[in-house]
Amino acid sequence: MGTLKVNQHLVTPENLVELVKICPFNALEDNGGKLEINAGCKMCKICVKRGPAGVMEFVEDEVKKSIDKDLWKGIAVYVDHVDGVIHPVTLELLGKAKELAEKVDYPVYALFLGHGIAGEAEELLHYGADKVFVYDKEELKDFRIEPYTAAFEDFINKIKPSSILVGATTVGRSLAPRIAARFRTGLTADCTVLDIKENTDLIQIRPAFGGNIMAQIKTPNTRPQMATVRYKVMNAIPRNEEVNGEIIICEMEASKLRSNIEVLSVRLKEKEESISDAETIIAIGRGVKSEKDLVMVRELADLLGAQIAGTRPMVESGWLDAKKQIGLSGRTVKPRLIITLGVSGAVQFAAGMNGSDYIFAVNNDEKASIFNVAHYGIVGDLYEVLPELIERIKLAKEA
Amino acid sequence: MNILVCIKQVPGSNKVEVDEKTGVLKRDGVDSKMNPYDLFALETALRIKEVQGGKITAITMGPKQAEQVIKEAYMMGVDEGVLISDRKFGGADVLATSYTISQSVKKLGKFDLILCGKQTTDGDTAQVGPEMAEYLNIPHIANVIKINEIKNDAIVVEMDMPNTIERVNIKFPCLLTLEKDIFQPRLPSYRRKMATKDQAIMTISFADLEDQDIMKYGLNGSPTQVERIFPPAVNTGREMFRGHAADLAGTFSDKLIELKLL
Repeated sequence: MGTLKVNQHLVTPENLVELVKICPFNALEDNGGKLEINAGCKMCKICVKRGPAGVMEFVEDEVKKSIDKDLWKGIAVYVDHVDGVIHPVTLELLGKAKELAEKVDYPVYALFLGHGIAGEAEELLHYGADKVFVYDKEELKDFRIEPYTAAFEDFINKIKPSSILVGATTVGRSLAPRIAARFRTGLTADCTVLDIKENTDLIQIRPAFGGNIMAQIKTPNTRPQMATVRYKVMNAIPRNEEVNGEIIICEMEASKLRSNIEVLSVRLKEKEESISDAETIIAIGRGVKSEKDLVMVRELADLLGAQIAGTRPMVESGWLDAKKQIGLSGRTVKPRLIITLGVSGAVQFAAGMNGSDYIFAVNNDEKASIFNVAHYGIVGDLYEVLPELIERIKLAKEA
Repeated sequence: MNILVCIKQVPGSNKVEVDEKTGVLKRDGVDSKMNPYDLFALETALRIKEVQGGKITAITMGPKQAEQVIKEAYMMGVDEGVLISDRKFGGADVLATSYTISQSVKKLGKFDLILCGKQTTDGDTAQVGPEMAEYLNIPHIANVIKINEIKNDAIVVEMDMPNTIERVNIKFPCLLTLEKDIFQPRLPSYRRKMATKDQAIMTISFADLEDQDIMKYGLNGSPTQVERIFPPAVNTGREMFRGHAADLAGTFSDKLIELKLL
C-alpha cells in the first residue's frame, strides 16, 4: 500500500523519454519537461523497477491494519443449482476445495440456498464436503439477489470461512460480487489455477489485462477471500460411497429476506447442444477468411461428429452464435479432441480450452501462441491442409 | 426517467504481452475503443428514453483520454457525460473501482435505472455492475436478455440463468447488466457528432466525493494484489509438423487414428 512519487530533481530530458516509454499504460506524461503521472496508472510499479534508478519512487503508507486470519477457517463452496438439481461445477469446486483444505488442515463447507432442497444436501457429502449448511426458505425458492445475498451474508458472519469458491455461472457471477462488496473483500473472477499458502492466503491465477498475460493474485489483508471458477476448469473427486459429514439446517430472520424483485415466471431453456459438453470440437479463428468457407469446416465437423465453435471475432462477425464462443467472454470447453483452425491463440481464448485432452492446431504462422497450448501443431495453410485432411479421414473411415 | 449508463474505454486489441526474459509488459501501439458490450447498454437506454422520455447520463472512469468514449456516447444520443478521473484512483481493483463509481453516482443525484454492459473485454470479470449496486443499496439483475415492459415504478425483464430463464418484475431504482444482442446498437450519427463536438464533459475527482477516506480508493482501497505477472506456460512436450499440405494432412489423420480419436 502506498503511492508513487516522481523525484523531479532527478528527471532529465533523456530519462523522461525513457520513462514515458516504459509505462505500459501510457500513464506517464511529459508535461513541458515535467514528468507527471496521470489517472491511467495501474500501480504496476514497472517504472520503479525498470526505470532509471531513483526517479520514480514507491512510498509505503502506514501499514494497513491486518486482520486476524486465525479467526477465519475453512473453505466454502457455494452450491449452484436449479430446484435442487446441482450444477456440476459445484462438485468440481468441492474437489478443489478439498485439495486446498488438506494443505492447511481446514474443513470443507458447502453453502446450499433454496427451497425444498434439504433432501439433496446429502449428495454434497459424497463429493468432499465436511459440512453442508442449508438455508431452506420459501423466499429463496427462485434466485433473487437480495434474499440470496442476505442468506450468504448470514452464513459468512456465523461460520467465518477463510476462502469461498463460487462457480462462474450466471448466478455465481451475479451473487459473488455482491457478497464481496458487502464484506469489502477481494473477488478474483474466472481463476484457472488455485493454490493456497501456509498462511492460508489463496493463490489465484487468471489471464489479465486482456492480453497474453497471466496474473497471480492474492487477497492478503481481508477475509473471506473469494474466487469464481468456470465449469470444466477444476476436477471433481470420484463419488465417495461412505460419508461422515454433517448437514446443518440454518435459520435466520425472515425480515432480512425481503426483496424488490418479484419472479413472474421461470421457464426451462430449450435444450441446445452446448459446446461445454461436446466430446469433439472444431474451433475456428480469423484464419478462416470467408463465411462460405464454413462449408468446408462443417464437412470436417460432420466427419468427426464435432461441434463447431470459435473465437470472439468469429462471433462478432456474426458467423457463429454467441453460445459457440470459446474463451473468457464465452464458454470453457474440455473435450476429448479439439482442432483449432486459423486460431492465433490469445490467452483469452486459450484459457477457455487448454484443459482439453488432445489439442491439434492448424495455423500458417509458426509463432502463433496457439502452438504454446497445442499438443500437435500443424504449421500450414488451412486452405491447403483441410481439403486433404477431409479426404484422408473419408478414406480412413471407409477402410 | 433518469437513466445512467456505465461505459469503459478498453484496449483495441489483445496485443499487450509480457517479455519472457524481463517480465516487463510490452505494448505495441495499443489503440483504444469503447467496450463493445457497453454499446448494448447505451442502445437499451436510448430505446427506453424514446418510449418513456427522460434523461440519459453516461459515466466512465479512467485517464483523460477516456473522454473519447463519452464523446461517442454523445454521438449516439446520450444527454450528459461524466468522467471520473484522478491519480488517486490509480491501481484500483474491482472493489475500489466499484466504490469510486458508486460514490460518483451518489454525487450526481438519483437515478431510476442504471445500465451496464455484461462485462468488459479487458478485465472480463463482470463484477463492477453488481458491486456498484451493492454500494448504492439497490437490487440488480445480471445478464438481462430481454426487456418485456417498462412501468412507472418498475421494469419487467428476462434474465439468463444456467438452465432457465427467469422473468422478473424489479422496482426502481435498480441496476441491470445487459447481454450482448439485446438490441442492435445504432451507429454514431454524423449530425450528432457535429452537434455535440463542443459539448462539455463533467469531471469528478477525489475531492468531489462524499467519502474522503483515501484508504478506500485506488491501490489502497484494493483488497486484491497482483503478486506477479508472467507469460502463459508453453507446452514443451508438443509435436510440431511442417511441410507440404498433403504430408501434413497424412500425419494429422495418422495421429488421429493412433490416438483412437477417429
